[in-house]
Amino acid sequence: MTHGESDFHPHTLTRLTGAEILWATLVGEGVTEVFGYPGGAILPAYDALRKFPIRHILVRHEQGAAHMADGYARASGKVGVAVATSGPGATNLVTGIATAMMDSIPMVCITGQVASKVLGTDAFQEIDITGITLPVTKHNFLVSRAEEIAPAIRAAFQIAQSGRPGPVLVDITKDAQQATAIFDFAAARPRPYTPHPMLHCTDQRLHQAAEMIRKAERPVILAGHGILQSRAGEQIRSLAERMQIPVGMTLLGLGAFPASHSLNMGMMGMHGESWVNQAIQEADLLIACGMRFDDRVIGTPVTYATKAKKIHIEIDPAEINKNIPVDVALVGDLREVLEQLLPLLPGRDGSAWLRLIEESKGSAAVRDIRNLPDSGHLYAAHVMHDLWRITEGRAIVATDVGQHQMWEAQYYHHDHPRTLITSGGLGTMGFALPAGIGAKFACPDREVWVIAGDGGFQMTACELATIAQEKLKINIAIINNGYLGMVRQWQEFFYERNYQSTPLVSPDFVKLADAHGIRGAAVHTRADVERVVNEARQHDGPFLINFLVEQEDSVYPMIPAGSALHEMIRRPDQNPLIETPQDH
Amino acid sequence: MLHTFVAYVEDKPGVLTRVASLFRRLNINIISLTVGRSERSGYSRMTIVADASDQAGHRIRASLYKLEDVAEVDDISGISAVTRELALIKVAANAENRSGVFELAEVFRARIVDLAPESMMIEITGVESKIEGLIQVLNERENRVLEVCRSGKMTMRRGHHTSRVLRAMGLSTEAPARDDEASEFHSPVDPE
Ligand SMILES: Cc1ncc(C[n+]2csc(CCOP(=O)(O)OP(=O)(O)O)c2C)c(N)n1
Ligand SMILES: [Mg+2]
Repeated sequence: MTHGESDFHPHTLTRLTGAEILWATLVGEGVTEVFGYPGGAILPAYDALRKFPIRHILVRHEQGAAHMADGYARASGKVGVAVATSGPGATNLVTGIATAMMDSIPMVCITGQVASKVLGTDAFQEIDITGITLPVTKHNFLVSRAEEIAPAIRAAFQIAQSGRPGPVLVDITKDAQQATAIFDFAAARPRPYTPHPMLHCTDQRLHQAAEMIRKAERPVILAGHGILQSRAGEQIRSLAERMQIPVGMTLLGLGAFPASHSLNMGMMGMHGESWVNQAIQEADLLIACGMRFDDRVIGTPVTYATKAKKIHIEIDPAEINKNIPVDVALVGDLREVLEQLLPLLPGRDGSAWLRLIEESKGSAAVRDIRNLPDSGHLYAAHVMHDLWRITEGRAIVATDVGQHQMWEAQYYHHDHPRTLITSGGLGTMGFALPAGIGAKFACPDREVWVIAGDGGFQMTACELATIAQEKLKINIAIINNGYLGMVRQWQEFFYERNYQSTPLVSPDFVKLADAHGIRGAAVHTRADVERVVNEARQHDGPFLINFLVEQEDSVYPMIPAGSALHEMIRRPDQNPLIETPQDH
Repeated sequence: MLHTFVAYVEDKPGVLTRVASLFRRLNINIISLTVGRSERSGYSRMTIVADASDQAGHRIRASLYKLEDVAEVDDISGISAVTRELALIKVAANAENRSGVFELAEVFRARIVDLAPESMMIEITGVESKIEGLIQVLNERENRVLEVCRSGKMTMRRGHHTSRVLRAMGLSTEAPARDDEASEFHSPVDPE
């Protein structure tokens, strides 16, 4: 079902069924696409859909619907919507909802529920989805009357987007969908949003923070996802440029501050660049902007940036002093706080500190695999670098979870906000393909690349059929190393190379694509990368590339979990030349 | 340490689960929890006592506020407040050893609210230590304690702070509200 006739007007006062009210409210909220999968308890809603100007994308698994809504939200900044039936449909959403929760993504999930008179009787396909999702949603609603549908949906949209964003689930009983009520969009408006009462950013604190920034000799900005969420890219740039402060990025922050900017040091944390982590350890001031000192970023709290004072600018008061104690907390919307802070900062000469950081790069460039002569082997780093070069850094890239995710973060340089779609907090394998589909719907004119490992790709590979059915121009790069690579790497480093259950036999991905009517090609030498990537880009339809890369390559640098940021395992001086199956 | 929170929450299904779930998630044991109607229609008042690290107070309060159904949270650990608990205590007592219990009740300003041939019921309100004191002396007598039912702590700040509650609910306040947030972050270089 695609676009219905759009004679519908959300502001007319009429008696509608609950199902119609649901769609009418979504139309009123500006929704044009939903990702979903039907079933008995949501059937009244599906029956009414044809009357409304909303495109429904039929997924192949509800987890895919949630990730698509998530990818849609990440790429557009708007609320993504997923729909599922009761019972198994609803439980299949859970991983996707949790993924969105961990990364603060605005999303609304709508589930059908059994009729209200049988609630609690273990009726066919009844599941307590509001109970199940309580810890993984920002809020949820159980709606059992048609009158309550519009207010619940409108409140859900407000909650999903306000403050620190997050997913909201609305569970609607079948009888509520079937009953009728007067629909009044305006009257269903939620109470005005009240910010968290503990937001706190007084003049005194601002002056204190400004003073610390002015006095700092070795300051570092830690740039997180909050910059994208509060659209504070300009302000971060002003702060960095005016005060000559180097910027380290979190994984979810990538794109929030241009990678090509001379003050951008690159990614911090477990697989961050050595000089970024070293700069953090040497810093005398950290200015944390919309980031939450995640354990993948700090290594271990006791050894983290012990020489530095810390300023934390953050919208969620519950994040203050959670992982790292800070000296000054400016609790509020990042953009608003920075706008108040900037006038207090006249400018500064930071050249000495910047020079020190530049020097600390030392031999890093020679260790970089991109600068090694072509040995005939294909490294994932080559693929990422070439993809970045060929797409001129302009594509929207959805990555999965594992080694390829880290290589992408290191070698695809994101200059633009919302061009990296990745699961940071939950690290959900299977995310990339559906999230990439969602991103394509959000930005139909943009070039979208899905980059997934051979393992994670198979977790949601069924969504290839969705791509085919919806005729989407999406390019897919599988980084095929024959292993659950990131787990293999840990086994190599910390479990004496006991590769228990990590070697992976996969289908022929090109044939799999072919079975879906999707073009594909395999690449195993660096020389072929550019040609095939260009073939994919020029092809008028989806294209899958199976990159057969070095099997036992590892992601460097690496900070072993629980170690200090400066105790990193550097890139080897010479990459070991490991034989690939193609050598035989 | 023990933290005490007073929360105004919307009076509707599932709210208790949301509050309780927050403590469960943080692996914090709730020592006692009392809920009842408040002076505001549509809002219940909770007194929550929880055992958590000294620094946990800020995070718990901030997290409670993130729940959609929570309107107001006050951390009154270590703040001048009136705290009471109600207990009903049933002890074994017969005609021979009843009078001692009456005497005890008088000393503790408790009341006898039920008297049966083999038992008596005592009602006592007070701070925790007073109730525990009564139970202890009862245990030392030959009157066996048969049942104890305790309400858990109820707490109210002394003085004028009610204005904060009214403000949070969008109602007019006469006295200017005290700024509690100032001491929120226990920052070493934060002189506030
Ligand atoms: C749903 C899920 N299950 C398990 C994991 C643990 N895990 C993290 S990375 C990884 C290996 C991923 O392998 P692959 O998709 O081939 O990517 P690679 O690391 O080889 O690039 C696993 C199993 C996870 N993150 N998500
Ligand atoms: Mg792999």
